[in-house]
Amino acid sequence: MMKQAQLQYLLLLADNPLILGQRLGELCGHGPSLETDIALTNISLDLLGQVRNYLQYAAEIHGEGKTEDDFAFLRLEHEYRNVVLVEQPNTDFAWVIGRQFLFDAYHLPLLNQLATSKDSQISAIATKSLKEVQYHHRFSKEWIKRLGDGTEESHSRMQTAIRTLWPYTNELFTETEVERQMKELGVGANLQLIKTEFDAYVAEVLSEASLEKPADVWSKAQGKEGIHSEHLGYILSEMQYMQRTYPNMVW
Amino acid sequence: MKKEWPVWEVFIRTKSGLDHRHVGSIHAADGKMAIENARDVYTRRKEGVSIWVVPSKSIVANNPDEGGELFEPAMDKAYRHPTFYELPEELGHM
Repeated sequence: MMKQAQLQYLLLLADNPLILGQRLGELCGHGPSLETDIALTNISLDLLGQVRNYLQYAAEIHGEGKTEDDFAFLRLEHEYRNVVLVEQPNTDFAWVIGRQFLFDAYHLPLLNQLATSKDSQISAIATKSLKEVQYHHRFSKEWIKRLGDGTEESHSRMQTAIRTLWPYTNELFTETEVERQMKELGVGANLQLIKTEFDAYVAEVLSEASLEKPADVWSKAQGKEGIHSEHLGYILSEMQYMQRTYPNMVW
Repeated sequence: MKKEWPVWEVFIRTKSGLDHRHVGSIHAADGKMAIENARDVYTRRKEGVSIWVVPSKSIVANNPDEGGELFEPAMDKAYRHPTFYELPEELGHM
């Protein structure tokens, strides 16, 4: 029972960076400039590295010969535990930056808490990931300010992206049963504390960027329970293609 | 309005004690972005511990047509090279 919850928690931690990393990877060769293209795919690679750590640990806990690849590539859509926010498409650069900014605003305080997790593996993974995520945090903040405070066009696109993506942030702070259990054991993070930091940080950066912070609205996003948007199926069909076409292939 | 960001020359120091070396150029709107772009483009494989960026337009270069008068006079003056000294190994990078 405990093992099940621990495994589910690791998937909750791994699937956000996994799907976001895949989304960012789509931009490889398609970024708005050579420099931002490389920056975004660097972030993608950082995230995938973090995912591997979580999934290797998950495979170890699961036992019975499971590997990280089984978790990454051979689950069905409803078995993924990522939030709907990270599935959102690369509509334009403002969306890419908005999605990254909102996720980073959650990701950094999450890792800060996990760094002191009672589970020494999770704590080690979080500590190792922190420096990378501090850079992502800085990158997305700078771009929010540049676009928000840039031209009329960039401001309006950035505002639209933030307004559209905002409702999906609710889900980050809606505690699932597994997250409650892990929090009580001192293994997992306290989402309420993250929410306080998230709100303060987002309000500060948006105001510096001359952007309006959208009002909180109800949202039914339930990616953490395996209920996803129409986008995830397409992401998975591309992401899982190699492993499903050539079973057990290795790099 | 110009469509492209200005060009910046990038200098990276690979480890303490060595000089910054020119590694290439990038586009960026200002110095802060130039440092971040240089970090993303040129230090992905642990190439550096320090970055300098300089706006390309600030670099003054000699006119290639003047190469003769600028450099050729140095070519036949071997006595200006300190080749008569043997440097101890401990000196390292001179």
